[in-house]
Amino acid sequence: MRDARDALMVARNTDGKLVRRPLSPHVLNYRWPLSGLLSGTHRITGLGLGVGTLLMTWWLVAAASSDSAFAAVQWFLSSWLGILCLCGWTFALFQHLFSGIRHLAWNAVYGFEKSEYRATNWAVIAASAVCTVATWIVGFVVW
Amino acid sequence: MASPGDTPRIDMLRSPLGRARGVGAAHAGTGHSWAQTVTAIALVPLSLWFVCGMIRMIGASRHDVAAWLSGPVPMVLMILLIVATFHHLQLGVQAVIDDYVREPGLRLGSLLVVKGAAVVLALLCIVSVLRLGFL
Repeated sequence: MRDARDALMVARNTDGKLVRRPLSPHVLNYRWPLSGLLSGTHRITGLGLGVGTLLMTWWLVAAASSDSAFAAVQWFLSSWLGILCLCGWTFALFQHLFSGIRHLAWNAVYGFEKSEYRATNWAVIAASAVCTVATWIVGFVVW
Repeated sequence: MASPGDTPRIDMLRSPLGRARGVGAAHAGTGHSWAQTVTAIALVPLSLWFVCGMIRMIGASRHDVAAWLSGPVPMVLMILLIVATFHHLQLGVQAVIDDYVREPGLRLGSLLVVKGAAVVLALLCIVSVLRLGFL
């Protein structure tokens, strides 16, 4: 024992022999379950959408203010950085939306079985990807 | 109660007195969860409508935006979207801050900043929509 804290890690087993307590592996050694990953993503996309509201506010305030202010926001949104922001914003919106719908179902005590939440994991991922791509295809057609 | 294979369901965890009072151990909190849920339900159709509206506004001029928002239905839906979005947002960020910020002063400070910013941004959006609609 080199550290006082090690004393807490010693115990007697059922035979009365002194043994080191087993340590569980560090959290990063576990494989992330998909549902846990999606739960984290739900929070991150929610925060991302919060940042995205700044973009919506800028757009509305500029439109209500002056032609030059509106030209500036439209210029930014059609720049590559603006389009990148809007792409991320679209994906975040759909991910948070479909994951949120699943949360509403869970609130109503539906979909807690392993087979159900495993299927809805992939449904959330597929729906957010398909809707993001579809939105941009429609967007570029309109443009 | 549950047939084999079903997830067991517990319908009542509270004492009859606790149920009658209608508050949990913190004496508050169901209001937060309920508001989060109600705004979430409202935002399902509203955000889909918003995405469609934004696609229509690609390459639009200020005049086009004003013409769109001067209709009573788009104006009302847009204001509803703004109110539901910022209310839902500040409730959600509050949950994140409560989870991760441990120092009480920093927690209170960040909650004040987030909630204040949500009110300011929501008012900026609403006033802009009204100004565009009534321009």
